[in-house]
Amino acid sequence: MEVYDGEFIGELEAVAKTIRRDSIKMIYDAGSGHPGGSLSAADILAALYFHIMKHDPKRPDWPDRDRFVLSKGHAAPALYAVLAEAGYFEAEELCTLRKMGSRLQGHPCMNKTPGVEMSTGSLGHGLAAGNGMALAAKLDRKLHRIYVLCGDGEMDVGETWEAAMLASHYKLDNVTVYIDRNKLQLDGPTEKIMSLEPLADKWKAFGWHVIEINGHNMREIIQATNEAKGVKGRPTAIICHTIKGKGVSFMEGSLHFHGKAPNKQEYEQAMKELGGDRP
Amino acid sequence: MTKWESASQRKEYGRALVELGKERGDIVVLDADLSSSTRTADFAAAFPERFFNCGIAEQNMMDTAAGLAASGKTVFVSTFAVFGTGRCYDQIRQSIAYPKMNIKIVLSHAGITVGGDGASHQITEDIALMRVLPNMTVIVPVDAPETYQAVKTIAKLKGPVYVRIGRSDVPSLTDPSAPFEVNKAPVMRDGKDITLIGCGIMVSKCLEAADELAKHNVDARVVNLHTIKPLDEKTIVKAARETGGVVTAEEHSVMMGMGSAVAMVLVENFHVPMKRVGIPDVFGESGGCDELMEKYGLTVENIVEAAHDVLKRKK
Repeated sequence: MEVYDGEFIGELEAVAKTIRRDSIKMIYDAGSGHPGGSLSAADILAALYFHIMKHDPKRPDWPDRDRFVLSKGHAAPALYAVLAEAGYFEAEELCTLRKMGSRLQGHPCMNKTPGVEMSTGSLGHGLAAGNGMALAAKLDRKLHRIYVLCGDGEMDVGETWEAAMLASHYKLDNVTVYIDRNKLQLDGPTEKIMSLEPLADKWKAFGWHVIEINGHNMREIIQATNEAKGVKGRPTAIICHTIKGKGVSFMEGSLHFHGKAPNKQEYEQAMKELGGDRP
Repeated sequence: MTKWESASQRKEYGRALVELGKERGDIVVLDADLSSSTRTADFAAAFPERFFNCGIAEQNMMDTAAGLAASGKTVFVSTFAVFGTGRCYDQIRQSIAYPKMNIKIVLSHAGITVGGDGASHQITEDIALMRVLPNMTVIVPVDAPETYQAVKTIAKLKGPVYVRIGRSDVPSLTDPSAPFEVNKAPVMRDGKDITLIGCGIMVSKCLEAADELAKHNVDARVVNLHTIKPLDEKTIVKAARETGGVVTAEEHSVMMGMGSAVAMVLVENFHVPMKRVGIPDVFGESGGCDELMEKYGLTVENIVEAAHDVLKRKK
């Protein structure tokens, strides 16, 4: 097992905090959006864009780049925040989210936003699109990898499982899917709306290598991804146990903040907890 | 009965795909467990590494195609039209049309001429579904040679295209060497009294109807409107202006199909009496092709009758 020094992990955690802060600010400015699922995915995104993925913000079309597909497109604020932090565009553009003329659409649009690999928003499409990218990479004998982030609510969608079957059938060991297992969907707890458990067993039954981690622990995210890279002949699913709204006390585990912007008071409280506005 | 040889559109699709596969390494083909029917199996046999059978999972197939296209591939996707449009509307909308993916959706077994399979397999609303999508080009090749030419042509275009072909052999009306031009509706027969605009299998019926009308001293023009979107408005308006009346004929619901598209152009540009021949707003049923064509109003007689009605209203 690899050991990562505290300073390095601390840097990634700082990026995650910036993603959280920017996400809340963007959603507040826009007056609408999905804070809960943006916050639960922040650590995974920080690890991907600042350590795991091979990519170059100055060359978004570099053919050998690793691909990231945000299947849970409603976490767009977190994606835009990490893309800005990585340098795909200026952070000042973040405040245009959801506004007329903005490149930052309410859900990701690949033809508008540099760094966005796939247009998403309608749930359950991302893994299949990632599989297509993985098939193309194999055809072209390229070694880049495909990372897909799904929400646990997307496990309700039949196509997710069609895609799971296809990835396994075509031995797409260049695909890694992170499942943001925050256990809440719009109408309530996932197990109440549509039972997913035993989720790991389901993915195993579809022929995937499965790892379960704490999705807010940088070391675990990185180690699980490294393990996935070493798996040959089958794809890997990393079930990331997370907390919806992670990082803002009153949003944690809150159904209310699945798809609702904070009011002024809530915004100020959230920013205080996340260490204040961008300098 | 008809004066033309009949040939399979599907077979020509398969032949064109194999040629494209030889010419270009970026062509990949996906099917959903119907490759022997759609004839993508021909490509699969020639280029197994570039063919992906997705199983009976059409939605998954469309999104997989999107990922391949996002990685620079030119993707042909095939299944039956009923599954490839209706079942996958969201996937086509979100992941193909909206991001303008370079994906060619070539679907067979469209329309009522599927025959015995019945209403579950007879899609009569696919043109409507596809033509309302922004960025989508919609093509209905008239015959086997035109299917071949259309497939070769669209492979060179960037962006999403829907191509609708049928199950049955259809009369060959076009010259196999005639190039296919998207958005350019060929006039198959000139005339000055009325214009019959057909697409797909109905173009040959329009030509036969024109022969019938000639017996009554009616000189009918026949247009092969193979591209439903973008529409060749110039040819449509010119025909309306020069002949003063229009009949459309399509093997599709009269709700929002080709005839509706033509009607919209005429309403906004040049008013003439018009009548749409097509399948009424009902589901089909099992039966033989000719029996179904007769029951659902897709015969030469239906076109002739519509033409007389338009001629009566024409002043």
